[in-house]
Amino acid sequence: MNGYIHSIETFGTVDGPGVRYVIFTQGCPMRCKYCHNPDTWQPKIGNQKSVEELLIDYEKYKPFLRDGGITVTGGEPLMQIDFVTELFEKAREKEIHTCLDTSGITFQPDNPAVLEKFDRLLSATDLVMLDIKHIDNKEHLELTGQYNDNILAFAKYLEEKEVPVWIRHVVVPTITDNEDYLYQLGYFIGSLKNLKALDVLPYHDMGKVKYESLKMEYPLKDIPPLPKERAIEAREIILKGLRARREELRNEQDK
Amino acid sequence: MKAEWSGFAGGKWENEVDVRDFIQKNYTLYEGDDSFLAGPTKATTTLWDQVMELTKEERAKGGVLDMDTKIISTITSHGAGYLNKDLEKIVGFQTDKPFKRSLQPYGGIRMAEKACSDNGYTVDPEVSEFFSTHRKTHNAGVFDAYTAEMRAARSNHIITGLPDAYGRGRIIGDYRRVALYGIDFLIQDKKKQKDTTSMTMTAEVIRDREELSEQIRALDELKKLGEIYGCDISKPATNVQEAIQALYFGYLAAVKEQNGAAMSLGRTSTFIDIYAERDLANGTFTEEQIQEFVDHFIMKLRLVKFARTPEYNQIFAGDPTWVTESIGGVGVDGRPLVTKNSFRYLHTLTNLGTAPEPNMTVLWSTRLPHNFKAFCAKMSIQSSAIQYENDDLMRATHGDDYAIACCVSSMRVGKEMQFFGARANLAKCLLYAINGGVDELTKKQVGPKYRPITAEYLDYNEVMEKYKDMMSWLAGLYVNTLNVIHFMHDKYCYERLQMSLHDREVKRYFATGIAGLSVVADSLSAIKYAKVKAVRDENGIVTEYEVEGDFPKYGNNDDRVDSIATELVHTFMDMIRQNHTYRNGVPTMSILTITSNVTYGKNTGSTPDGRRHGEPLAPGANPMHGRDSHGALASLSSVAKLPFKDAQDGISNTFSIIPGALGKEDQVFAGDLDLDRL
Repeated sequence: MNGYIHSIETFGTVDGPGVRYVIFTQGCPMRCKYCHNPDTWQPKIGNQKSVEELLIDYEKYKPFLRDGGITVTGGEPLMQIDFVTELFEKAREKEIHTCLDTSGITFQPDNPAVLEKFDRLLSATDLVMLDIKHIDNKEHLELTGQYNDNILAFAKYLEEKEVPVWIRHVVVPTITDNEDYLYQLGYFIGSLKNLKALDVLPYHDMGKVKYESLKMEYPLKDIPPLPKERAIEAREIILKGLRARREELRNEQDK
Repeated sequence: MKAEWSGFAGGKWENEVDVRDFIQKNYTLYEGDDSFLAGPTKATTTLWDQVMELTKEERAKGGVLDMDTKIISTITSHGAGYLNKDLEKIVGFQTDKPFKRSLQPYGGIRMAEKACSDNGYTVDPEVSEFFSTHRKTHNAGVFDAYTAEMRAARSNHIITGLPDAYGRGRIIGDYRRVALYGIDFLIQDKKKQKDTTSMTMTAEVIRDREELSEQIRALDELKKLGEIYGCDISKPATNVQEAIQALYFGYLAAVKEQNGAAMSLGRTSTFIDIYAERDLANGTFTEEQIQEFVDHFIMKLRLVKFARTPEYNQIFAGDPTWVTESIGGVGVDGRPLVTKNSFRYLHTLTNLGTAPEPNMTVLWSTRLPHNFKAFCAKMSIQSSAIQYENDDLMRATHGDDYAIACCVSSMRVGKEMQFFGARANLAKCLLYAINGGVDELTKKQVGPKYRPITAEYLDYNEVMEKYKDMMSWLAGLYVNTLNVIHFMHDKYCYERLQMSLHDREVKRYFATGIAGLSVVADSLSAIKYAKVKAVRDENGIVTEYEVEGDFPKYGNNDDRVDSIATELVHTFMDMIRQNHTYRNGVPTMSILTITSNVTYGKNTGSTPDGRRHGEPLAPGANPMHGRDSHGALASLSSVAKLPFKDAQDGISNTFSIIPGALGKEDQVFAGDLDLDRL
């Protein structure tokens, strides 16, 4: 099967454990204001590559990727769920660690046909990196153009399916850099038993250049990058919410 | 066994010069971590503060603090010089004071004069007169023999950076011999060599005998250099301080005699460690003291300075001396050559702060001890000052006692040397092929007047055929130009001290180099896989190229274009091999422009890959900037395909990466969460 591929990074060090072969897929239904890859938004354009082609290419770098594996990111990989599923299933046969970096936006908890597809994909997935853009539903709509109901449902679904998950969260001044929201996010993910890591990403504006070359207006042009120190504080707030929720759950259990 | 050697395991090295044998029988592998290292002593900090102060003054004065304009630098030309005699544990400067650059006219009097005048000094008229009238220099000799074609190739920059007006460098004396054997033993050995040459006086034998006499004379002077500083180096060193000092005197004598393009140190750290271990075991010195000796030694190496012109420094981006020291590696028996002293050398980057010189080069092997690898990584992150080279690759051809001269040139210490060969610009050569030997910038007929390409769109097969013809011409001219240079350098600027620290039979590498590899690979790929239109000026010279469509680019692990690059290297090397080389030098080639690629770009017209005139070529074997779009591994894989056997003088790849791209910063990334503990 072929997928629309935006690009390949052969030395991915920040998209999952170890050194990873990172596949950026083309197409995304979200329009996050801070997106630094707007060139991946439009679906069904650009290069097509087959699952076999990608795995053959992977083999070339195998000695370097021993402790890593494949990460599929985007764009939104779930827009090409059948392709990703086949890729992960074939990768699994070769004992390659599979990681899905997603917003979870295409998840539909009430649609059996969609669930069936997700089940098959998740059974071939070793790790999901779930990027929760905003914990507040309305703010999420404002930031990304979509509601977050299905995303949060997806997080719970991953827990149910016992798929290990890393939560990623970009902290943007004035948008997500807010004590309440950060705490709420922590409180939400505190309930996830499958949570393995928390990846707090300070907002940067390195995507600006791409907007300029695409002749698009950069939506956050007035917002400065988040200082690293603040990202560390933000992480602490999230962890505070997380601990509070863990504590509650433990108390409930004790009762 | 000699008294100075007591405690060492004996062997062949006792009776003949064989430093490797001494190291192999005596070194102590260290597999521990860096926790044993000592910080700087008060003396070290005081001296280094003084150096920083002088550095500030030097910079304020425009880059040169002081120059000698009268005394011609020889091994014994100057009295002793110090920063602070009472604090320095390792002594010796090139002139009678630190930061004063010496006068070295043997490479060429004009270059020496210009180096002075550009910095506001004037060479003593008597010296100028002497070297213009009575004593010929290397530079004058070369130009006496150059052909018109050689001069044209040089001034049109198709052959560049030739060592025809300055010292060629790239020779590493085995300075360890001074410490291990003492000068008297070495002189005796050289005398024996001289007594046993063939007695049939062919030109070669006469040259050998004259050179051996010069070597003996140089060793005598080296002994005197020790005396100037109150040190007796006629006998073997008795402890680690003496060993470092003797070794440094050997090196110092070399840089007093030669202003070479690269004056590298060799592979000394593990050798010195043998003395350090003996002294630690005997309680002669403490770890703090030994680190202090090393710190003061490295400090001296950092203060090696030469008189050079601004143009020279522009080519090399700074004021480089290439005091390369090779550290680590693995022995042929599989034991890593890592010792505590490997750590101590790298630790100077902490004790004295980071610096580009000496050029600390780690001979990297997958089999190095884990703790040493971790320490290297730590020091790289901290200092960005460590160079890495592939020991697993070089050990196969050079064994385990080779060192790096300059940045990538490998040679067995004391057994092999190199005739440095600058480089040929293969990108310009491609333009010559298209334009029938006419230079695209000067419009002069520089190359042979072959038929130019006249088609509007370039045809791959036609271009390749013509390119090979032009490369063949270039290879021949290039090697012959170098033949002239090295003949004259041996004649007028012979490295007698460095060669006195070599074996009698020396293998001479005849180094050549190429620039513009990635430009040519991409250009040929563009011609083959896209359409390239040639735009001609009023005289029919192609000056611009228009590329229509996309094409595979070198640096993406794509065999369609990578195979063009590897084939180019192989083809040009074979053409080099077809030529006679001076002193039966073994031809090698490097792909290693590190900073001069910017200058080469200015001197190379637009190329068929879409690069415009003036834009830099990529450094060394690097892909062109911004064209490698598949990440580091793909980019490095393309470079790794280049055949080492056809580029044995080294392949360089300049690689910079922001720390954040090497992994998450653990402060922000919470890592694995232990849910039950939260």
